[in-house]
Amino acid sequence: MAMVSTLPWWFWPLALFITCFFIGIVAVPAGIGGGTLFVPIIGGFFPFHLDFVRGAGLLVALASALAAGPVLLHGGLASLRLALPLALLATMSSIGGALLGLAMPAAAIQSALGVIVLGIVALMLVSKKSEFPVVAQPDRLSSALGIHGVFIDGASGRSVDWQVHRTPVGLVLFLLIGVMAGMFGIGAGWANVPALNLLMGAPLKVSAGTSGLVLSLVDSSAAWVYLNRGAVLPMIAVPSVVGMMLGARIGARLLHVLKGSVIRKLVIALLVFAGVRALLKGLGLWV
Amino acid sequence: MPPPAESTPTTARPADAGRYAFLLDWGTRIGVLTLVLSFGAYLLGILTPHVPLDQLPSVWNLPVSTYLQHTRSPTGWGWLALAHKGDLSNLIGIALLAGCSLPPLLGLVPLYLSRGDRAYAAICIAIATVLVMAASGLLTGGH
Repeated sequence: MAMVSTLPWWFWPLALFITCFFIGIVAVPAGIGGGTLFVPIIGGFFPFHLDFVRGAGLLVALASALAAGPVLLHGGLASLRLALPLALLATMSSIGGALLGLAMPAAAIQSALGVIVLGIVALMLVSKKSEFPVVAQPDRLSSALGIHGVFIDGASGRSVDWQVHRTPVGLVLFLLIGVMAGMFGIGAGWANVPALNLLMGAPLKVSAGTSGLVLSLVDSSAAWVYLNRGAVLPMIAVPSVVGMMLGARIGARLLHVLKGSVIRKLVIALLVFAGVRALLKGLGLWV
Repeated sequence: MPPPAESTPTTARPADAGRYAFLLDWGTRIGVLTLVLSFGAYLLGILTPHVPLDQLPSVWNLPVSTYLQHTRSPTGWGWLALAHKGDLSNLIGIALLAGCSLPPLLGLVPLYLSRGDRAYAAICIAIATVLVMAASGLLTGGH
């Protein structure tokens, strides 16, 4: 399935580190998880088997979520009361997704990955965001669990009380999100944020922060599956994690310098290319 | 619970968030540091790898099952017995990162119980159980 390389062994890990460094830089201003870019790009253009790429992708997404988690919690941008019930179902289903992904033929996974990546592009293009959604009445489950909070927006200094609705539907959605996260190793921030913000009605920044917290748990359980199955190759995983973390630090510093809209267009173009490549590679049309 | 509206700040950072963040932060730092040190030892040849570096290009394009057969690499926790090997020593840091959500989750349980919040204490225990089961390999056929 994957191509055989005739280059010296150190070329690809070095290229991987540099690529991940640049993915890390653009991922932050584009508002997308590095893992979402990692798997289609590395899976499509590097000689590694997709099993190892997905294992590394999960670790990239996990390391990013773990590094951001404490900052988000300290800043009041991530809510444990919102994250924990959703993470419970998603951690369970991500194990199933990872097992399913490792059992399926690589061509099928590659094709499905192409479809998912092109779906993410569509979601990025059409999805509307709501800074402060109006939730007139919390549902009974969220009331019983006490899922609400006070969010102080650092940009405006506003303090906003928030609550959520449609919690049962949200739980079902996170069950599916967990399966996809485990199966493709791409993290799931692209799905978490719309689910929390548009479906459940959490403020946009709380949704983004809480998504990171959920990801840190979901990716942990799926990562154990890949680790137990021997699908974590350190020579692929470590340069990816370190490169992405260093790039994300630069990206966060460049947040105010780079034009978010330009970077977003660049990332969408990259995703379209990588998605088409994954689809055609999976179908055997562009090997 | 009023609908979202502007108001004056009413709460400080919740105690559960502070405890969780503290434990997660330290777990992540230890995991990343271990990973970087072990990878340095692997690259510099301080620790001999299980799979020689120059042989990697001929095996990293194989499906994981074939790779394991070719390289006689272990599954499950079998790598722990070979953790003195350069490549497999990196799995210590990776395991620390994959497991570093456990202490914060378990750290919340007494806090929630002391508040009488049994539902969230149970949720934390349930997530921790799922993570331990995933790590054990019992659910994933790793052993």
